[in-house]
Amino acid sequence: MQQYEITYKETGDKFYCKEDESLLACMRRNNNGPVQIGCFGGGCGRCKVQILEGEYHKFKKMSRAHISEEDEKQGIVLACCIKPRGSITVTTAPN
Amino acid sequence: MALNKTLRPGLIQVRVLNMEESLNFYVNVLGLNEVGRTSDGRVMLKGYDEFDHHSVVLREADEAGFEYVAFKVDSPETLVNFKTATEAFGYPVDEVPANSDQPGFGKRYGFKLCTGHRIELYAEVELADQRPMVLNPDPWVEMPRGMRAQRFDHVLLYGPNIAEAERYFTEVLGMYAPEICNTPDGKRFATWLTSGNKAHDVALVEYDKPGKMHHFAFLLQDWNEIGNAADVMAKNGVKRDVGPTRHAITRGQTIYMWEPSGNRIETYCGGYTAYPDNPVRVWDVDEIGKGLFYYEGELIPSFLQIVT
Repeated sequence: MQQYEITYKETGDKFYCKEDESLLACMRRNNNGPVQIGCFGGGCGRCKVQILEGEYHKFKKMSRAHISEEDEKQGIVLACCIKPRGSITVTTAPN
Repeated sequence: MALNKTLRPGLIQVRVLNMEESLNFYVNVLGLNEVGRTSDGRVMLKGYDEFDHHSVVLREADEAGFEYVAFKVDSPETLVNFKTATEAFGYPVDEVPANSDQPGFGKRYGFKLCTGHRIELYAEVELADQRPMVLNPDPWVEMPRGMRAQRFDHVLLYGPNIAEAERYFTEVLGMYAPEICNTPDGKRFATWLTSGNKAHDVALVEYDKPGKMHHFAFLLQDWNEIGNAADVMAKNGVKRDVGPTRHAITRGQTIYMWEPSGNRIETYCGGYTAYPDNPVRVWDVDEIGKGLFYYEGELIPSFLQIVT
């Protein structure tokens, strides 16, 4: 199975995401990255992160209460709603 | 089990991000029945043990969360009296005509509580086509599905100034609080309110942001059914939040989980029989971990912090 390299900018740690798992599931499995576990449904906003580099696919709708259109343009996403499509660099989302 | 003129929370409308995914959860996993769809695409649902037209409405939107909860009262006279009393309490009231946005429902009066939540009151609603039998009745018309949720039970709302909201529910709607939780300086942190013998019909937690929902809950028959719900949850890959466990508060047994749009759902059973003449049970806020999760004995931090 294809795996994608995830880099957590704050620590420089690298870990791997399976092609069929969400970034949040990957971060939880590796106990790494800016991990905050919430609803896994795009509703609660708990797992907000920023993707600095790399391609990803949004497979689930994210609540506009937490992610604005402007946020999305800057790579600010909910980790439970995206899947990497290549190597990505992730950081804690700005408040 | 109502002991006064407010009968029960009989209707809740919530927002979902993806109707298809959430509807599959509510119907095939939780076990509600689809009653029908409104002209604007909302879906009406009910538990198999509910007589009234519907009790849960899903609306697809860009955000998850709570839209309103409506309490059924015992008569049109009570409804008018409660409208007047609500206005006297200080909340402006609007009227939603019968059979408008909620098919089958009579006239509703709505207002915004100080916590930021819309609350509605109604007295009349048509019976559902498929409803519990009454003549030599079987327990079910059709064998229930999935988690076999019987009915909508209660909702926990987060918002500011719950002390005032508690006064509204007790002074205007005639409800009472069998159980409360206070901060060290004696301010209300949480309150559980009921209109009958259920341990709670609505609960409130003090929170700085208005209009938030912690969860809404469905009644299961007993602890065995909580086990069945856990099996159904795991088999369907539903994201678990907490449980199966017991609350010390209300003494109910429970699982919390996330429906696919991120609203927290509780499947709840048991709980003590509440009476308005019993002494109030009081929790100190630093003991609330045990109060919420009796087996774990401590708070699960995400539980109180995540709301929609």
